[in-house]
Amino acid sequence: MIEFTFWDILRNLLLAARWTVLLSLAAFVGGALVGLAVLFLRIAKTKWTRRIASGYIALFQGTPLLMQLFLMFFGLPMLGLRIEPWTAAALGLTFFASAYLAEIWRSGVDALPRGQWDAGASLGLHYLQELRLIILPQAFSITRAPTVGFLVQLIKSTALTSIIGFEELVRTSNAINNATFEPFTVYGLVALIFFVMCFPLTQYARALEQRAAAH
Amino acid sequence: MGYSLDFGWLAGAVGAIARGAATTILLIAVTTLAGTFLSILGAAGKRNGPKPLRLAIAAYVEVMRNTPFLVQLFFIFFGLPSLGIRLDPILAAMLAMMLNMAAYTIEIVGAGLDAVPRGQTEAALALGLRPRLVFVKIVLPQALKVIYPALTSQIVIMMLESAVVSQIAVRELTYEADMLQARTFRAFETYFVVTLVYLGLSMGLRRLLVGGGRRVLGAGVS
Repeated sequence: MIEFTFWDILRNLLLAARWTVLLSLAAFVGGALVGLAVLFLRIAKTKWTRRIASGYIALFQGTPLLMQLFLMFFGLPMLGLRIEPWTAAALGLTFFASAYLAEIWRSGVDALPRGQWDAGASLGLHYLQELRLIILPQAFSITRAPTVGFLVQLIKSTALTSIIGFEELVRTSNAINNATFEPFTVYGLVALIFFVMCFPLTQYARALEQRAAAH
Repeated sequence: MGYSLDFGWLAGAVGAIARGAATTILLIAVTTLAGTFLSILGAAGKRNGPKPLRLAIAAYVEVMRNTPFLVQLFFIFFGLPSLGIRLDPILAAMLAMMLNMAAYTIEIVGAGLDAVPRGQTEAALALGLRPRLVFVKIVLPQALKVIYPALTSQIVIMMLESAVVSQIAVRELTYEADMLQARTFRAFETYFVVTLVYLGLSMGLRRLLVGGGRRVLGAGVS
């Protein structure tokens, strides 16, 4: 049996945490892009696209992320793609994030007074210009706090990808725990690493919220 | 594209899925009651308690909100036995869910308590009610009414999150799905069906909570 010192455990966990960070970033960027597309459908003028987008959002918000990941993991091979935990994890979290981000930003669009659209139209802007120049910048700006808050949720959600076999922080910690039989230390450290990643973001979201409230 | 979907196994699996769903419902029912109770205590302590208690509750909320539920679950189930506390999987799951939910609902209940005008407390005290009675009879019902929608969302989120407790072998819906797909080799179809069951559960739970809330807390609850 290999002997693990405290520092060995910590070093291995920190190395694995890189994958947690990378996956979070990939899912956030991917989720923002797909989420933007869902947002366009959600606020479009045609009724059926709005309905499709609401259904998409309700589907992802009404089912467990773990099930979404399983479906991705077992469903992708049926489309002829190779099963790989990374692909399934990144895609699964991307779609998950897109639904939540679209809904957050939609609330921002809804919060803008009707006059913003009218003003844009009276300046002769067409629909896409109105969105790009007037509506979206304001919608993003007033939803910055919940967006950062969702990023925290996304980072925590990457823990679930350990279950479909993606080698991130939690999966590595399970392996280390099986080798060292020190669950208290191992999971304590994992919790600490997640806390160090998430707490500053939580505080940042809170500061944004207070700044928004002060205005 | 040599794959064709097959739902032939479903007929023999209804019992297992129903059993799993029943356990999931049990988990969320216990969590809702215990978690809400705990968060009322926590929110009251955070407002009126002595300073060390207030700090402890604030720290607890931050720690729980900034770490993944899965890690909390593993910590409780695998970590606590080294302190001599050994829990049944289902008890560990309930404890983890309750503690996790309370961290979110303490904030929610706190916001509700803040929303009740100070005059309500003063009026009740002036009528000669004891402080504890003022809290339970006057402030709390009004606070619950304000926060009920947020509480409902949190309960539904917790129900969805409970899928994770399959990882410590609690025989709930996801665990039954894992067993089924191992037996039928129909992983996608199994998880597809179970996902739909979860969707039904979350919609049903939301409807039940909103309807029940209207009845108990009166009109105006959305």
